[in-house]
Amino acid sequence: MTGAMANRLPDGRLHLQHGPIDLICEAWGRADLVEAGYARACRRFDGLLEELVAELPVLRSPNKALFGPIAQNMGRAVAPFHPAFITPMAAVAGAVAETVLATMVGPGIRRAYVNNGGDIALHLAPGESLTCAIAGADARITVHSHDAARGIATSGWRGRSWSLGIADEVSVLAKTAAMADAAATMIANAVNLPGHPQIARRPAHEMQADSDLGARLVTVGVGPLTADDVTAALSRGVAAANAYRAAGLIVSAAVFLQNECRIVGQLALKEPALA
Amino acid sequence: MTRSPEKIRCDACPVMCYIAPGQTGACDRYANDAGRIVRTDPVVMLSNAQASGARIVPFAARDWDGDAMPADTIVTGIGSGTTYPDYKPAPFIVSSKVAGADMVTVVTEAIFSYCGVKVKIDTDRYLGPEGAIVRADGEAIGHVTTAEYGSQMLSLGGVHHLTGGTKAEGRLTCAAMLALCNGEAVALTVDGGSALVVQAGAAPIVDGMPAQRMRVGCGSATIGMFAAQWFGLVDEVIVVDDHITGVVSEHQAGKVLGWQPTGVKIKGHRSTPGRYFKVSEPGMGWGGTKLTDPRDILGDWNPKKGAHAGLTVLMVSTTGEQFAYYVLDQALIAQEQSLPDTLRSSVAMIDENCEPSLCTVLFMGGAGGSLRAGVTSNPVRLTRSVQSGATRLTSGGADCYIWPGGGITFMVDVLTLPKGAFGYVPTPALVAPLEFTLARGDYLALGGHAGAIRSLDEVMQKGGEYPTAARLQNWPEGDA
Repeated sequence: MTGAMANRLPDGRLHLQHGPIDLICEAWGRADLVEAGYARACRRFDGLLEELVAELPVLRSPNKALFGPIAQNMGRAVAPFHPAFITPMAAVAGAVAETVLATMVGPGIRRAYVNNGGDIALHLAPGESLTCAIAGADARITVHSHDAARGIATSGWRGRSWSLGIADEVSVLAKTAAMADAAATMIANAVNLPGHPQIARRPAHEMQADSDLGARLVTVGVGPLTADDVTAALSRGVAAANAYRAAGLIVSAAVFLQNECRIVGQLALKEPALA
Repeated sequence: MTRSPEKIRCDACPVMCYIAPGQTGACDRYANDAGRIVRTDPVVMLSNAQASGARIVPFAARDWDGDAMPADTIVTGIGSGTTYPDYKPAPFIVSSKVAGADMVTVVTEAIFSYCGVKVKIDTDRYLGPEGAIVRADGEAIGHVTTAEYGSQMLSLGGVHHLTGGTKAEGRLTCAAMLALCNGEAVALTVDGGSALVVQAGAAPIVDGMPAQRMRVGCGSATIGMFAAQWFGLVDEVIVVDDHITGVVSEHQAGKVLGWQPTGVKIKGHRSTPGRYFKVSEPGMGWGGTKLTDPRDILGDWNPKKGAHAGLTVLMVSTTGEQFAYYVLDQALIAQEQSLPDTLRSSVAMIDENCEPSLCTVLFMGGAGGSLRAGVTSNPVRLTRSVQSGATRLTSGGADCYIWPGGGITFMVDVLTLPKGAFGYVPTPALVAPLEFTLARGDYLALGGHAGAIRSLDEVMQKGGEYPTAARLQNWPEGDA
């Protein structure tokens, strides 16, 4: 069995990895204070996966009592989406990023992020901002300290986690990374064309035996869709995103399907200056 | 499909996933390959024969890409025994830096767009004009390039199709390249040309017909090879070929045997004696021409130069797949008759000397800046080391051809990699394994990250529980 690993990337960033968790951490500030922050992050990371695994069966079920602080954060992030099907696992990546960020941030750290496989927790002191690239969409999102968002997450059927929908990518800004993670999952699920012949689906447990999605059909292939199909699928995602935004669950969202993109809320989505 | 349904528990990390055969665990790094837990990303190792402790220079080659290599990958690999089951990229790309951004959010990983696929299709059939666009599902994914001896070359993929066009173009280019690299059959169409089915190691299918044989040579070469066998058995032999059609009575190979003139007239551009260009248009007929009746290339037979009633003529294609035997009648018109047994063996000989038509698929990629930076702190030294041969470059354990000149640009025959070695990301881009192997001393001299070198014991503790993922080899004699 492999243990938690901490490495410094050549450019100085901290890389924490254990099992399925893969974190890239970066902080800005006085060098010794940043180093102290990285040291705190490493200490918190040690044993973190074990902490989650202790509650794993419960975390894979909807609506059960949770005990650990990370598990409870996951539970809080997914609770507003009930009674729709969602388990706390939909927020695991964001919640882990938040947890490590919270311990990493300390005196003298002006801004910082923890990126957990694309689900990102942000720390911004007043006047600071961070810019995030959305891979595949060739776009940038800049989050400023005066924005409400401190979490960014991306979900889609092509990603690591299985999706019930067909969105190529859904990127969400929310108050916390765990909330963004859960909402991205739900909006990506909503972008869908039930029964469409161009969409291949298989039971989740056939793809990954102990998936929290059980026998639910997950998307394994999407063929070319007509413009009308794309519009119809996107509008379902947009409707979900609008509802979540109205409920205060997200700040904004960008929904990508084939050649189309829809944006909900204020999203400073910039095309890059460089090709 | 009869798969063993037995799930096994992966003990690589505390999650302890139950993994069914063919699936990966939650991390996408470990998988159940026919009942064994294997790593999906190759960590291949090379032991140093000198040290009894068998120190190694490690290098995890799992995701290389032009822009962004996980900088923690500092393992030197060789001889991967990995099976790469159901390779599905894991999210390591988050460590990459993108211009103008502090971080990256991704659905999956790697941005690896500078790559292409070179396809060699053994056929004399006309696939389309040079430079014609090659399409998959209607999207442009490459073009027809040069025709080589008995083969047509295609150049597919590349950064412009992957990321320079529409999303659909990039997606279909990526999908076609991935399928070709993993040995699957791919349907392609050529603008102004044929519909193809291409699969590495299999015969090409051109407009629904599998190609059988490569031509033995051009028409002129065929005359040169077989003139002596035909001498005395037939008065004239014309080898029909899209490139050069040969006529034995005029050809040097016939002349030296004392072959008599026959008064034959070929409609085409005469090159040197007995060799004709452009007897027809390229097509699906005889010898890669449009001809269905080869007599269409014949002009009037000239009695003043040797044509006479009863003169016998063999017309044959450069693969021996098409042949016909004619006798001139009183009006000096070639009338078809059945092929005499005495000539049958020579036609069969042409066929026998033609090799089976195959498709060959080479993956070609360039290992760029930050990839090398992940290996050493002084990237150009790695480039020079690879170029000089001190560092051996392999892809999934397979030997690569390294292009001379700048950078590390390599080609590898996809059939020499483990099955399913290639992955993709929706960027869209391909993911291919790549290993650099060099002696420890050389590695440190390059500015290698000494602190990241792990002992064999350490690596065996961490990865060695999954021995199918690694094969240990000794350093070659004399290396440091």
